Amino acid sequence: MSNWVEVCATDEIDEEDVIRFDHEGKTFAVYRSPDDEFFATDGLCTHEKIHLADGLVMDDIIECPKHNGRFSYKTGEAKGAPVCVNLRTYPVKVEAGSVFISLA
Amino acid sequence: MSHIVIIGAGECGARAAFALREKGFDGRITLVGEEEHLPYERPPLSKDALLHGHAPKLVSDAARYAEAGIAVLTGVTVESIDPTAKIVQLSNGTSRDYDQLLLTTGARPRPFPGLSGANHRIRTLRTHGDTVAIRAALQPDTHLAIIGGGFIGLELAATARKLGAQVTLVEGLPRILSRGVPEEVATVVADRHKAEGAEIICGVKIQELSEDRDGARIRLEDGRTIAADLIVVGIGAVPNVELAQDAGLVIDNGIAVDEHLRTSVPDIFAAGDCCSFPLRHYGGRRVRLEAWRNAQDQGLLAAANLMGAGEAIASVPWFWSDQYDLTLQIAGLADGTTQTIRRDMADGAFILFHLDAGGRLIAASGIGTGNAVARDIRLAEMMIAAGVRPDPVALAAAETKLKSLLAA
Ligand SMILES: Cc1cc2nc3c(=O)[nH]c(=O)nc-3n(C[C@H](O)[C@H](O)[C@H](O)COP(=O)(O)OP(=O)(O)OC[C@H]3O[C@@H](n4cnc5c(N)ncnc54)[C@H](O)[C@@H]3O)c2cc1C
Ligand code: FES
Repeated sequence: MSNWVEVCATDEIDEEDVIRFDHEGKTFAVYRSPDDEFFATDGLCTHEKIHLADGLVMDDIIECPKHNGRFSYKTGEAKGAPVCVNLRTYPVKVEAGSVFISLA
Repeated sequence: MSHIVIIGAGECGARAAFALREKGFDGRITLVGEEEHLPYERPPLSKDALLHGHAPKLVSDAARYAEAGIAVLTGVTVESIDPTAKIVQLSNGTSRDYDQLLLTTGARPRPFPGLSGANHRIRTLRTHGDTVAIRAALQPDTHLAIIGGGFIGLELAATARKLGAQVTLVEGLPRILSRGVPEEVATVVADRHKAEGAEIICGVKIQELSEDRDGARIRLEDGRTIAADLIVVGIGAVPNVELAQDAGLVIDNGIAVDEHLRTSVPDIFAAGDCCSFPLRHYGGRRVRLEAWRNAQDQGLLAAANLMGAGEAIASVPWFWSDQYDLTLQIAGLADGTTQTIRRDMADGAFILFHLDAGGRLIAASGIGTGNAVARDIRLAEMMIAAGVRPDPVALAAAETKLKSLLAA
């Protein structure tokens, strides 16, 4: 059963950008891609647990602010040194101008 | 089957070995390292590993080397290279033939002039073993004296303060971080150290270091003496070039390589802290970097070029340092700056943008808590690589998104 949680209004995330979202003691990163789709991953980098919301979004890549580790935020795939463990991703939907993520 | 031997199992050598496989190299790979551990990350050695006593943070675990078919020899030194016969001689009495060689021998701490090697209370910091020994000596009431106000000395000072040690840092030049860090940024660092209770003494030369059973001593040229339980010398690093030099490779402040990381001898490449190379974005001037991401980038580039890609070095120097909750990040090289523009950000964080006479962005230095400056420094790095001449007014305004200047 999905458990959809509202993150924010769609216009609170710029295109090709990311924000932090905290919910019930867990932290997430929520992205808006250049082609205007929304995505969500775990908030912390798998290298040293640094929050990815301070990082840079380029196309479908989130780059960690600490040591520039890269992930695809669409699939969670680690894209090379220094990160080698993938990020968990979460389903996202947009309804009535708001972004929701599924934490089920 | 073609055989690539990589000498030096640090960040750069390990990254190169994996990159060869990722790029489809199907010959043999042997990675030889004189340290007893599998390749590990050095940056934590002055930070979390020292603070918490962590085990070495491995670049990759043993299973992944096995999976990738990379033969790793730890605790083994390469003693000589015969570039004509294409053989390397190892300290375990065996030898290896190679088709191509990659030298990633790194650097070692610059020794304090005139000091003999056998000291217990006067140390340097480069390896996991150094961190273990320094951590063991640091008790809450220990007095640690640090020689050198560079990154390693300052990070060590910050961590030692967190562990409750008394800290005195001595820098011979008039200020700390005089190599490559603008004064405005260095002042923030120095002030923070003072606020945390570390004593910083600048502009005084050291006459002598000595140790006995009870402690160690620094005699300053102005007559003062500093007594400490432990002295750590952090006055820079020297590249490990002797092996290459003996094999006849050209040395020029490091193993000299061209823009493809090729040394002066066919089929031998070098990368990372051990090599000096021409830096494209700065008129091709020859530099040697001691920086973690450079070691990674050059490891990847060396792998590509060992496979014949012929790619030139294109990255911009980038470095970070963590002290207390401050992070400093620098992209580019600031010498040659004629105009500096300051961008103030939230919570006291700021970035200095350095422009040359033609208005081109050549460097950016930022400091702030956590990752306050990270994104903008990264964008600045991309602007430097792209040769952008940004509008100074826009740079100074925190509300201007740097991404928009990159596209312009
Ligand atoms: C305490 C500390 C903190 C640091 N912090 C930061 C930081 O915050 N940010 C940053 O950007 N950089 C930092 N650095 C720098 C970064 O760690 C180095 O740039 C990086 O490790 C260089 O990698 P390398 O593989 O070129 O060389 P090294 O890591 O030096 O590895 C070379 C290896 O080769 C081995 N070797 C040498 N000769 C031989 C031989 N003949 N046979 C076999 N093996 C040999 C050496 O034993 C060594 O293990 C730090 C370094 C230190 C020491
Ligand atoms: S913490 Fe993300 S790359 Fe190191």
